[in-house]
Amino acid sequence: MYRYDEFDHTFVTQRVEQFREQVARRIAGELTEDEFKPLRLMNGLYLQLHAYMLRVAIPYGTLSSRQLRRLGTIARRYDRGYGHFTTRQNIQFNWPTLKDVPDILADLAAVEMHAIQTSGNCIRNTTADATAGVAADEVADSRIYCEIIRQWSTLHPEFSFLPRKFKIAVTGSGRDRAVTAAHDIGLRLKRDADGNPGFEVLVGGGQGRTPVLAVTIRDFLPERHLLSYLEAILRVYNQLGRRDNIYKARIKILVRETGRDEFARLVEEEWAHIRDGELRLPDDEIERIRAYFAPPPYQALDDACPELAVQRAGNRAFDAWVASNVEAHKRPGYAIVTISLKPHGGIPGDASAEQMEAVADLADRYGFGEIRVTYKQNLLLPDVRKGDLFALWQALVAAGLATANSHRVTDIIACPGLDYCNLANARAIPVAQAISERFADPEREQTIGNVTVNISGCINACAHHHVANIGILGVDKKGKEFYQVTLGGAADENAAIGDIVGPAFDEDRIAGAVETVVDVYLAERRGADEPFIDTYRRIGLKPFKEKLYAAH
Amino acid sequence: MPNTAITANRLADGFVIYLTADGGWSESLADAAVATSNDELDALQAVAERAARAGSVIGPYAFDVETDAGRPLPRGRRETLRTLGPSVRTDLGYQAARS
Repeated sequence: MYRYDEFDHTFVTQRVEQFREQVARRIAGELTEDEFKPLRLMNGLYLQLHAYMLRVAIPYGTLSSRQLRRLGTIARRYDRGYGHFTTRQNIQFNWPTLKDVPDILADLAAVEMHAIQTSGNCIRNTTADATAGVAADEVADSRIYCEIIRQWSTLHPEFSFLPRKFKIAVTGSGRDRAVTAAHDIGLRLKRDADGNPGFEVLVGGGQGRTPVLAVTIRDFLPERHLLSYLEAILRVYNQLGRRDNIYKARIKILVRETGRDEFARLVEEEWAHIRDGELRLPDDEIERIRAYFAPPPYQALDDACPELAVQRAGNRAFDAWVASNVEAHKRPGYAIVTISLKPHGGIPGDASAEQMEAVADLADRYGFGEIRVTYKQNLLLPDVRKGDLFALWQALVAAGLATANSHRVTDIIACPGLDYCNLANARAIPVAQAISERFADPEREQTIGNVTVNISGCINACAHHHVANIGILGVDKKGKEFYQVTLGGAADENAAIGDIVGPAFDEDRIAGAVETVVDVYLAERRGADEPFIDTYRRIGLKPFKEKLYAAH
Repeated sequence: MPNTAITANRLADGFVIYLTADGGWSESLADAAVATSNDELDALQAVAERAARAGSVIGPYAFDVETDAGRPLPRGRRETLRTLGPSVRTDLGYQAARS
C-alpha cells in the first residue's frame, strides 16, 4: 500500500489544524454560515436532513486493517456506532457534531486518511477496480495510476474551482469493474503491441438528470503521458464548461454539445503545449510508486485445493457463498473474497463499528492486512488462501457478514435517500430492504443468478440506477413516494443506459414490480447460463412491460 | 394562507429545530409557532433570519403544516422524517427518545 511521505503528513496535519481554527471561529460567531460552508465542504463536512455528515476519502477504495479499525473507533467514539460505504469507495458518518469534526480529522490523519476533496467542484477521490493487483484477468494494477492521479489532483490550484465536481475512474482489465463509462474521465488499462502499459481514455460519462455514457477520445495513451493528458482535458473543461447553469455544468454536457471529434481535437491541441513538460512521468517515478504496490509475500501454493472441494460438498451454505462471493486470484492457491454488506433486509453499505473491527482482524489473520471497498458498497479481502476460506467463512457467519449474495439480486446499491439526504425526493433504503426480503431465499437467489439492482432517491442518481440491469428512481408526487423502473442498463465494459418501462409504482408495489421483472426473465431465459442482461437484450422491453402493466 | 411554521438546523450538531412563539428554538414541532397570516409569517421569518445571522441556526425556512387542535403536524414525507429521524433506524434521531 502507499504510505504517506513527509510532505503528505505535514500537509494533512496542517489542514486539520486550519480547519480546527475555522470551526472555532464559526462556533464563536466570527464566521457566517455563508462564509463557513465552502470551508466545511472542502473538508468533507455536509449538512444533511437530520445532522452533519462527514465523508471520508478512501483512495481507490484501499484500506489497511489499521485504517479500517480506526474507522470503527471513530464510528463508536464520535458517531452512532456505524458508517456507510458508498459507490465511490468512500465512507460516510451520519451524526458527527461540529466541534468533534477536527478531532475526527486528527484521528484520521494519524492513520494517513482525510476528508479533503470529498465535496466541492474539484477532482474527487479517484476510484478503481476493487480487485486491482489481484484479479486473474488484470492487464495492469490500476492502483499505481490512481495514486499518481491522487498526488497530482490533491489541491491542484488550477482545478480547485471547476464548473462542477469531477470524477475519474480507472479499471485494470478488459472487464470494466470501475464503471468507467459513467465517469467524467474513465481510464481503461491496456497494452500496446510491445507490451507497454497505457490507457484508453474516455470522457463525458455521467449520471444525474441527463445520463450519458463516456466516449473514447484516445485509443492508447502511453503511461508517461497520463498526467499531461488529464491536465489537457481538465483545462479544456475548465475553460469551456458551463458555469451559468448547474444542470449543464458537467463535462458530459460540454462533450455532447461540442461533439467527440471536436472535443478530442481541443484536448490534443492543449496537450501539444504541455505533453513533454514537467508533467511527463519519468520512468523512475512510476517505479517509485509501483514499489508501494509490490505483491505481498505470497506462499508458493498449489492452485488445486482438495479440502476446499470437500468442505463445499459438505456444507450447502458455504458452497453457495463460495459460488457467489469468491473470485479467481492471479496467484495459485489464493482467492478474492467479497464480504457482503447486504444482509437480507438490511441497509446496503452500512457496517457497524464491531463489523469493521471484525473485518480488520480477519484481514490480518487471513490476508496481508488489506481491505478494499467496492463500487457495490461491499468490502473485499484481496488475498485469502483457498485453504483458509472455510475458516474465514465461519468467522464471517459469527460476525453477521456471510451473506452469499455478491452480484445477486439482493446485492443492491442504494443511496441514503430521503432517510438521510437533504437532496432526496424519496426513500431508497426501505425499497432495497423490501426487495431484499422478497428474494431472501438463497436457493432462489442462486437460481436467478447475476443481476444488478440500483435504487436512487432522486434524479442526482448517486446509486447509478441508469446503469443498473434493474434501475429504480424515487420521485415525489404531491408528498407521496413513487418509484420509476428502468431496465437494461449495464455498468460494465458493455455499458448501457436503461429504458424507462412505464408509469411509476407506489411504495407498496415496487418490490412486487421487481419480482415480476425477475419472473419474466426466468420464464424467458434460454437456460441458467443466460444472465438477465443478455435476456433483456434479446427480448427487449415489451414482455416485461406487458406483464408489469397487465392488470391496468 | 396555509398554516406555516419555521424550521432550521442547529449549528452545534445539525439537528432539526423549530422556531417557537417566544423566539426560541425547540427540537419538537409540537412547540413550533404557527403563522396563519402573512404578517405573522413575516414576523417569524424576521426572528429566524436574525438567529441565522447571529450564527446559532442554519438555513431557516418556512413550511406548511397541518394542525390538530392547534398543534402543528408535518405534511409530506420529508418534513415527517425531519421530525422523527431515519425511518430505517428507529433507534436514531428524535424518534428514539420519544418511543
